Amino acid sequence: MKLSTVAWHAGVLAVLAIVLYPIVWVVAATFKPSADIIGSLSLLPSAPTTANYERAVEGIASISIGRFFWNSTILAVLSVVGTVASSALAGYAFARLRFRGRGAMFALMISTLLLPFHVLIIPQYAVFQRLGLIDTYVPLLIGKFLAAEAFFVFLMVQFMRTIPQELDESAKMDGAGHWGIFWHIILPLARPALITTAIFTFIWSWNDFFGPLVYLSTPDKYPLPLALQLFVDEASGSDFGALMAMSMLALVPVILFFLFFQRFLVEGVSTSGLKG
Amino acid sequence: MATVAPTRRAEAPGQPAGPRTRVRRSGDGVAGYLFLSPWILGILLLTIGPMLTSLYLSFTDYSLFTAPEWVGLDNYKRMFEDARWLKSVQVTTIYVAVAVPVKLAAALAVALLLNNKRKGQGFYRAAFYGPSLIGASVSLAIVWKALFTDDAVVDRALRVVGIHTGGWAGNPDFSLLMLVLLGAWQLGAPMVIFLAGLKQVPVELHEAAHVDGAGRWRRFRSITLPMISPVVFFNLLLETINSFQVFTSAYIVGGPNGSPAGTTLFYTIYLYDRGFSDFRMGYASAMAWMLLLGVGLITLFLFRTARGWVYYSGDKR
Repeated sequence: MKLSTVAWHAGVLAVLAIVLYPIVWVVAATFKPSADIIGSLSLLPSAPTTANYERAVEGIASISIGRFFWNSTILAVLSVVGTVASSALAGYAFARLRFRGRGAMFALMISTLLLPFHVLIIPQYAVFQRLGLIDTYVPLLIGKFLAAEAFFVFLMVQFMRTIPQELDESAKMDGAGHWGIFWHIILPLARPALITTAIFTFIWSWNDFFGPLVYLSTPDKYPLPLALQLFVDEASGSDFGALMAMSMLALVPVILFFLFFQRFLVEGVSTSGLKG
Repeated sequence: MATVAPTRRAEAPGQPAGPRTRVRRSGDGVAGYLFLSPWILGILLLTIGPMLTSLYLSFTDYSLFTAPEWVGLDNYKRMFEDARWLKSVQVTTIYVAVAVPVKLAAALAVALLLNNKRKGQGFYRAAFYGPSLIGASVSLAIVWKALFTDDAVVDRALRVVGIHTGGWAGNPDFSLLMLVLLGAWQLGAPMVIFLAGLKQVPVELHEAAHVDGAGRWRRFRSITLPMISPVVFFNLLLETINSFQVFTSAYIVGGPNGSPAGTTLFYTIYLYDRGFSDFRMGYASAMAWMLLLGVGLITLFLFRTARGWVYYSGDKR
């Protein structure tokens, strides 16, 4: 290896070490006795213990952590199903079909890309309250089934436009209708876009705090981020170890997704500019 | 595909009966609307409807439990006399003005460092990107606060070099800076986009300039930066708009009052507090529209200035 290459690796690793220090520190911290966590800079626990994780698993307010994991999983899985299905349908219409008003609707869709959701949350809340849907998952999920996340519609459109038009034409010759073309030709070829959408939707739903904070009030229904906040409020400072351990457990699915799908994630960002 | 019976064509949605030429002209008609129906429902019920409603509510006094009462521009006038609103505007503006350049500079620096043909680039790119996925989560905000409390890691490390600030989480002079750093820590997403832009810069340009005696800095200023200016603009726009909407980290670190001393009272947090703790939903709607107006004006401003410094080469290769 050339000297300049060695120097480059050393330089990159040095910067990377600074960036990743907080993660390494906190992972080590969760294996230290609760009282030692704050003041200790070391990356190796002197007397490793799993006590923090044992207390974290017990949960909060007599609800086990498994319950919160289950809630988060339900929300994330339904979000993925809804978003992938509705965005793919909308993407196909925008990318492949010609109909009156398409241009105007496409422009409308693009203009909602950067719309701050705060403008919508209050009237949405008022409506869901009137329908008796507060403290249910409906307000959190309905938008996913109605392609409300314009980023993913846009991603689908961009991807489906690159699929050769001749494939549609020849299927049409063979007598396939729009549904047949969509189902048998476009969807299989759009798999990378579908996977990217699914992964990002899962992670965003998993991390979402604002939506559950606004709509949910029964701790039994809380997903993990809200449960963590409850933990912060209830145990403020008293059981730091368990709080850290629970924070780390909440990140495990995201980290697994990252490890398995990092190619899709990084490619998704570099081609469509998805926010992280 | 060949096994599909020919009769299917007649049943296919959006294929009106009649000669083929007519079908061509009228496009795909009904099928388009059918495929788009979830999105159309969504844009009407979840976007346009609520937007118009919130515009109306912003001119009313509304507490969710009584009917909205028309008050004209009162909510908008009251904002400018509301010390906490003014504080939240100040906090958010400072945050955006500092966090965006810091994050983008860090992202560009790492992208430049990674931009070469050596082995291992893909691994490093993914490793730097990782924090972007978890940085805005509750978990990370809890960790960040732990790093910056009194006598914790950062406090101790700074004392070693003779800086005594105490924990930043409780120090009004540094609490916002701590959130700026949390933002910058998520440099991976813009870095990946910068890197994609840097790969498009033709090597020949650099070689030619090198032959002409241009140094590293000169080549960066005169070749790299103009060539990647569209990507810089894209990142700038995206990060600016996202930074205005920071909520989770600030809420976990500073709570609904933006402690310490209101220094982390972000606009979104104050909006949440007025809307969902006090149920002043008319006022909160007016705040939301001011945010939309503010973000809209800044977006417009960015697009205006972009004409002066964003360089689109005719040939993107």
